[in-house]
Amino acid sequence: MTQTNPRVIAQPTPPPPEIEEVPSYRMWKWYDYFTFNVDHKLIGIQYIVMGFIFYLVGGAMAIAMRTELRTPDPDFVDPSLYNALLTNHGTVMIFLWVIPTTIGGFGNYFIPLMIGARDMAFPKLNALAFWLNPPAALLLAVSFIYGGAQAGWTSYPPLSEITAPQAQVLWVAALILIGTSSIMGSLNFLVTIWKMRVPSLPLLKMPLFCWSIIAAAVIALIGTPPLTIGLLLLTFDILFGTSFYKPDAGGTVVLYQHLFWFYSHPAVYLMVLPVFGVMSEVIPVYARKPIFGYTAIAYSSLAISFVGLFVWVHHMFTSGTAPWMRMFFTVSTLLVAIPTGVKIFSWVATLWQGKIRYTSAMLFAVGLLSMFVFGGITGVTLAAVPFDLHVHDSYYIVGHFHYVLFGGSVFGIYAGVYHWFPKMTGRFLDERLGKIHFVMTFFGTHLTFLPMHNLGLSGMPRRIAMYDPQFQALNQLCTWGAYLLALSIVPFYFNVIYSWIKGKRSSGNPWNALTLEWTTDSPPMIENWEVLPVVTTGPYDYGKDRQEEVRQTD
Amino acid sequence: MNRTTSLVLVIIAGILGTIFSFWFGLNNHLLPEQASMQAPLVDDLFNVMVVIGTALFILTEGLIVYSMIRFRQPPGDETDGADIEGNLPLEIVWTAIPAVIVIGIGVYSVEVYEDMGGLHLASPPGHMHVQQPESPGTEMAGMDSAAMAAMPPGSAMAATMSADMAKAAPVIPLPEAKEQIASSYYGIGNRLSDEADEIDLTVNVTGMQFAWLFEYPDLGITVGELHLPVGRRVRLQMKAVDVIHSFWVPQFRLKQDVIPGEETRLQFVATLPGTYPVFCAELCGSYHGSMRTQTIVHSDEDYAEWVKTSQVAAKPSKVPMTVAQLSDEEYLAPYAQEIGLNAETLPKPSTRSF
Repeated sequence: MTQTNPRVIAQPTPPPPEIEEVPSYRMWKWYDYFTFNVDHKLIGIQYIVMGFIFYLVGGAMAIAMRTELRTPDPDFVDPSLYNALLTNHGTVMIFLWVIPTTIGGFGNYFIPLMIGARDMAFPKLNALAFWLNPPAALLLAVSFIYGGAQAGWTSYPPLSEITAPQAQVLWVAALILIGTSSIMGSLNFLVTIWKMRVPSLPLLKMPLFCWSIIAAAVIALIGTPPLTIGLLLLTFDILFGTSFYKPDAGGTVVLYQHLFWFYSHPAVYLMVLPVFGVMSEVIPVYARKPIFGYTAIAYSSLAISFVGLFVWVHHMFTSGTAPWMRMFFTVSTLLVAIPTGVKIFSWVATLWQGKIRYTSAMLFAVGLLSMFVFGGITGVTLAAVPFDLHVHDSYYIVGHFHYVLFGGSVFGIYAGVYHWFPKMTGRFLDERLGKIHFVMTFFGTHLTFLPMHNLGLSGMPRRIAMYDPQFQALNQLCTWGAYLLALSIVPFYFNVIYSWIKGKRSSGNPWNALTLEWTTDSPPMIENWEVLPVVTTGPYDYGKDRQEEVRQTD
Repeated sequence: MNRTTSLVLVIIAGILGTIFSFWFGLNNHLLPEQASMQAPLVDDLFNVMVVIGTALFILTEGLIVYSMIRFRQPPGDETDGADIEGNLPLEIVWTAIPAVIVIGIGVYSVEVYEDMGGLHLASPPGHMHVQQPESPGTEMAGMDSAAMAAMPPGSAMAATMSADMAKAAPVIPLPEAKEQIASSYYGIGNRLSDEADEIDLTVNVTGMQFAWLFEYPDLGITVGELHLPVGRRVRLQMKAVDVIHSFWVPQFRLKQDVIPGEETRLQFVATLPGTYPVFCAELCGSYHGSMRTQTIVHSDEDYAEWVKTSQVAAKPSKVPMTVAQLSDEEYLAPYAQEIGLNAETLPKPSTRSF
């Protein structure tokens, strides 16, 4: 790496001893990516590639379901298989696509780079956390031999205890493996961010992505154990004849719902907070402006993760819950809107008076912003118990959370990939294909998920393979939208594979960004820097006096 | 464009946006027809949220689109944008305004929920709106729901309810109250006291894979469709025999899970005669989607008619298998009323062989 960046000056202290051991230009070979390797960047790529493979798997399940729903009658797949598909679509998309890609992938790759560390605090734990995921995926695959888990990703007993119990046990085992991986990863992130920043990087100068990972890690650490307990009790009921959730033997079915949602609502923030972090990285770079309200965005992540721990009963408003609970959780849920609003408004204000570059990454980031506004507003309506009583478990919910998770998380992942692909591979993605990809995805998302709100309001329940014929027209619209979304990934996957091999070469800092990951080569060497960087500017100091010299990099 | 012109344009855009938000909020027609006392309350809340949501949506999306066009990179300009790191007053404003809005929605939701009969202390919403048995029907019901919609939520109703609460509270002796709480039910329209005179019709609802069963304990009828008289206070006592189900009639805006091992309840007044779908809203197995039936809200006359027919159908035992063993009187007893025939008016036994 050349020392042309004025921000990177040689450390006055003696260089750390590792430097001699680092072979300057050694790169990992392709087969290294299939091994138990402890390099955080390699693990990050492993997570991301795995995520994008399971995105296809989960997407194929979604397409099968939408094809089934072209007509009111169950004529494409067997209803039991339909339920297995909806269960595993949710499971795969949450646990093997969004969470691994955002936290495991972007988190592992960029957290050490952003804070000036050579690796994560516990590299072996990190590799172990990744390698818990493939067996989990294998268990899910094997579960289809027994019909697949069919009780929804929520797996409420008693249904989950009496329907395809063998598959259900395998499903639980898979989730516990992934949960364990998540706990290991979260612990690793917290320790890494806390202890391994370069001395010149105080907490409040960290890139906001680091803050969002802190918030997500806290959620995972607090939420995952209760979920694991809930799932273990479910397994005991199935395998060993206990009766935690069997009402005829003194158990209570609602207990499971509490244990499940105590994790699984925060899990929504787990899926969206890292993506908020990606937003805060992408928008200032292409708007060429400092992020608006750094501190507010940083603390609002923590506020979301804190308030998010006290909202879980809003998934149970129609369940066996006392009136006071319904009231309390209405109010707590509404409160989440405040820190979320702060973030949204701050990003909009970041655009204001910028000089916006229309790159694919920026398009996806702004697309996310526009989608999330809608998903957030419908989310607020759902917090109100009286209205939720009507739309709970209807297609309105499906529409809402896909706006947040597809329009939010998936758009964020795309933005992150377009933004960081040059850093991770040393090559650019093709911008023209990127824009085609964006347009198809943007319209596909609206076409697929907007009519769902209408369906739900007028009375279509979710998770059904057969429905009242009055809903057919809108369902067909959704199905066409889903096909468009399926097509939209073609230019993207082609772009990624082609560019990885033959794309235009990228310099170390192609976007003139200021965070630390851009101070090293693309792709970064093993252990990231020859000499650790020293932070001399804030992460988003665009438009400052020193910008002229800074942008002479490379 | 000078400052004044842009200010005027912003104000005009704001006014247009506000007008559109109100228009859309009040004319969205996104929800199905209103067929219960609770429905207008829920819809008012929804419409208010749509007004606010539309306004926020237009504002935010407008700012995004405007920024994306107005502040795009000028060709060839590689410099950075303005160095703005924040603006404390602005940030306070956009934290405070949403805070006020969500607290407002929260308070309003709680109020609507109480009016719907969601809180233990509230009486069923039908309590003050009982229609005279002689004069129900479509027009009355329509008027009633219109009157409900026009009523500012929480005004007259809340007053009535607090009076009810005051009246009800001392009636329950302490130890008994404890017991009541222990066996209290989850759902809408709960009450601590189960005074019979407050409910006109009780129906036991059973959810099972993949059907609904409606039992009328007072009438001895068990059917697969829910028949209700319009304008009456109805209580559904719901149980599940296998897995969790969820009772949902979109036109009633009511949904309650039906849970194995504990009884849940819905109390409401149907206000509009008609036929509405009943869905199961909680995944309950392969044929979850086919677990639907209908509820038919009858006028009083039609309902009486239905009860009569159903009771006949429900009591086949009244037609004895061993006709020969019965006297004429016994044999004809079930029909004496309907066809005006009894043992006295019968022709001579000899002619019976015809």
